[in-house]
Parts: sequence; structure tokens; C-alpha cells
Amino acid sequence: MKMTYEQATKRLEEIVSKLEEGSMPLEESMKLYEEGVKLSEFCMQKLNEAKQKIIDINEVKDND
Amino acid sequence: MNSQLIISVSQLNLYVKSLLEQDVNLNNVFVVGEISNFIDHYRSGHLYMSLKDDSASISAVMFAGNASRLKFRPENGMSVIVRGRVSIYERDGRYQFYIDDMQPDGIGALALAFEQTKKRLSEAGLFDIEHKKKIPSLPKKIGVISSPTGAAVQDVLNVLGRRFPMAVIVFAGVQVQGDSAASTIIEAIEKMNALTDVDTIIIARGGGSAEDLWPFNDEKLAYSIYNSQIPIISGVGHETDFTICDFVADLRAPTPSAAAELAVPDAREQKYYITSLKSSLDSLIEANIREKEYNLDKLTKSSVLQNPEKIIENSEMYLDSLSVRINDSFKDIVIECSSNFAMICSKLETLSPLKVLARGYSIIKNDEKIVNDINDLTKGDNITLQFTNGIARAKIIEV
Repeated sequence: MKMTYEQATKRLEEIVSKLEEGSMPLEESMKLYEEGVKLSEFCMQKLNEAKQKIIDINEVKDND
Repeated sequence: MNSQLIISVSQLNLYVKSLLEQDVNLNNVFVVGEISNFIDHYRSGHLYMSLKDDSASISAVMFAGNASRLKFRPENGMSVIVRGRVSIYERDGRYQFYIDDMQPDGIGALALAFEQTKKRLSEAGLFDIEHKKKIPSLPKKIGVISSPTGAAVQDVLNVLGRRFPMAVIVFAGVQVQGDSAASTIIEAIEKMNALTDVDTIIIARGGGSAEDLWPFNDEKLAYSIYNSQIPIISGVGHETDFTICDFVADLRAPTPSAAAELAVPDAREQKYYITSLKSSLDSLIEANIREKEYNLDKLTKSSVLQNPEKIIENSEMYLDSLSVRINDSFKDIVIECSSNFAMICSKLETLSPLKVLARGYSIIKNDEKIVNDINDLTKGDNITLQFTNGIARAKIIEV
């Protein structure tokens, strides 16, 4: 799951509001639920494991 | 006249000039006056003006070298204290004041310059609210522009590291004091913008005197901040210090630490938020399942599934109604047929020979053959006469 924290939170918010709308087949809502759980775990992991990284502007390379 | 020395105009002016310049008092004198006829000679950078009070006036010039050191812009009507010397402009024979330095009268030069720049930039629309960019709520990359040796950068990095370590820091070390500070900051802003993936820029500098913070009032820097594609948070000086940088930035923070706090969310709050989203997920899926269960329950409790014999009963009822209908239809047919039959019978009856006989006719038979022609009869024939209720025998007497 190559995703940024921001993208993951956004998708998670999307899933919650979709489930809030209701009137969805059970299979579909189960699928969304599982995706949401994975995303929330991903976000928590990102938040817990993040270590500050400092780059000097003169040493910035692509992909940094 | 003849014993007198005759000199040229140039020599005269030069002589008076030397007299004036020898005077110690006139060589370094402070004069207070109001500026009028002000001309800013853009090409040379020299400033020309008159200084006057209620009853007198003197021409004055400030050469570009001295003028460039002025923080504020002289204007007509401005009361100033000038320091300089008195001399003569030989070409015109005009006595004038050569200004080395100028201070606004009553208000500090820096304060005046600040107000002037602020007014100018405000009129140019640099502080307009509509131009302020939104600070991204979840930045991936933060640009920090500050002095590499200052305390401000440490404060910023500490706060960013504590609150939201996920954000990568791109650091640009700059001068935050002195004449070249503004240009190094402008360069850093441009470099940050060239990277394109920096979400927010923090410009940080610790507290200092008005002179120390002066680079942050630079007009070119203001335009650089204004033109930055990346939103900029200004954290310059203490809470009470206001710089042009603060006004033009997309967000003003009272201190460098506060700037860092405004740049990123708090990871603890984020954890709380993610946890709340997760529990929303749980309760929503539970509600969804419960709803489905309820619907299923409702179905199983429906009368059809509860009393399947009802289906048969219904069918039987239907069958019954069909048989009633078929009976009725049959009855109709029978009635119709019998009425037809009666009609035919009555027709038949009308046509029956017996009926004819009943009306008074009788059938004549000769040798069992019905006689309906007189030529079939001859005198002496024995005939029978048939009536409805019997037969009579007769003899033909005459034909």
C-alpha cells in the first residue's frame, strides 16, 4: 500500500461517509469496512513510527 | 579700480566656496526644516529639494550614496532634521545645503519607513485577504527558512518534531540580519518554490531590535512572499513585533514556535481522530448488519413463510371460484339452448300438419297417397279422410 498519510485519511473519511449513507449491499459494506480497518491501522502505524527527517535545501534530491 | 585685483566669476564662486567650507560650524551642522520642491532624480539617485521654515528657504541636495542609506522616503511637507554642510554650487553661484543624513522630525526613521512601506504595499494589494493561501492541514513537506545558528530554527524543529514528525523538513539556512539578509531569504523562497512538493514554508527569526528585524520589512522580500506559490507562515520576532513580512504572509504567527504549531496538526489529535474514524466504522458496520438481520427476521416472520398452507388455501379458494364460474357459464349455455329449442319447437308446431288439421282441414288419401290434385280422383274412388282425432272413409260421387 504505497500511500501517503494524507491520502489514507482522506479515503478513510470517504469510507465512513459512504457507510453513513447506508442502503448498501452487505457484501459491499463489508468490503469497505475491511478497507477502512486496514487504512486506520496504516494511519496509526504512520503516526506511531514517524521520525523527523531534515534535509538541507541544497542537498534535496528527487524522491526525498 | 586699477589697484584692485580683477577676478573671473569662477574664481569668485570658488573663493566664496572656500570661505564657507573653511567655517567649522558650517561643515557639520544640524538644521530642522520642512521639505518642499522635492525631486527624486531616478537616474542618478540624487535627491533635490528645498528646506524651509515660515520665513526662509534653502536649496538642498542629497547625493545618491547618502540617499540610498535612507530607510524612509522623503516627501514634500515632511518635517526633517538634516545633518550636512553648507557650500556653493559654483556653476550657478548658488549657496546650498549638502545633506549627509536625514531623520524625520518627531518620529523615528525606521518607524516612518515602516509606515510608508506598509501603506504602499497595502495600496498595491499585497495584504489583501483574498490573496492569502490556505495552509494545508496535513503537510508532507515543510520548508523552514531561518538562520542555521539561531535559536528560532531549534524551536521550530522541536515543535514540528514533537507535533508531527511525519512531515519532512526542507531547511534553507539564511541570514536574518544585515543588509544581505532580505536577498538570501528571497533566494530561499525561490528555491522552495522550485521544488514544487513543499506544502508550507515557515520563515522564522527570533526576537530583536527594530533594526535587527529590519530585513523583514524589505519591499522586494514582501513581493517574493506575495508571489510564492507555496503558502508562507511568518514567525518573526516576538508577539509584539510586527514586520511587513507578517502582513504579506499567508498566516502570521506571533513567534517561531507558534509558526511551527500552525504549520502542522498534532499527532496526538490525529491519533484520536483516526481512532474515532475507526470506531465510526465499527458502529456503522454493526448497524448495517443489524439492519440486514432485522430485514431477514421480518421476512421469516412474514405470513407466507409462517403458514405455508395458506398458499394451498388460497389456491383452493381460487379453484372454487373457478368452478362456480364454470357452473354459472354452463347454466347460461343450457338456458340459452333450451330457449332456442322451445323456439324451434314452436316453429315446428306451427308447421305441423296436425296443427293444420286442428284448424278444420283434413287430409285426403287415396290408396295411402295424399291427394292434392283433383285429377288424381275419379268417380267411385274409395278415399280416407284423416282428422286429428281419427279417420273416416268416403266414396267419390262426382268429379
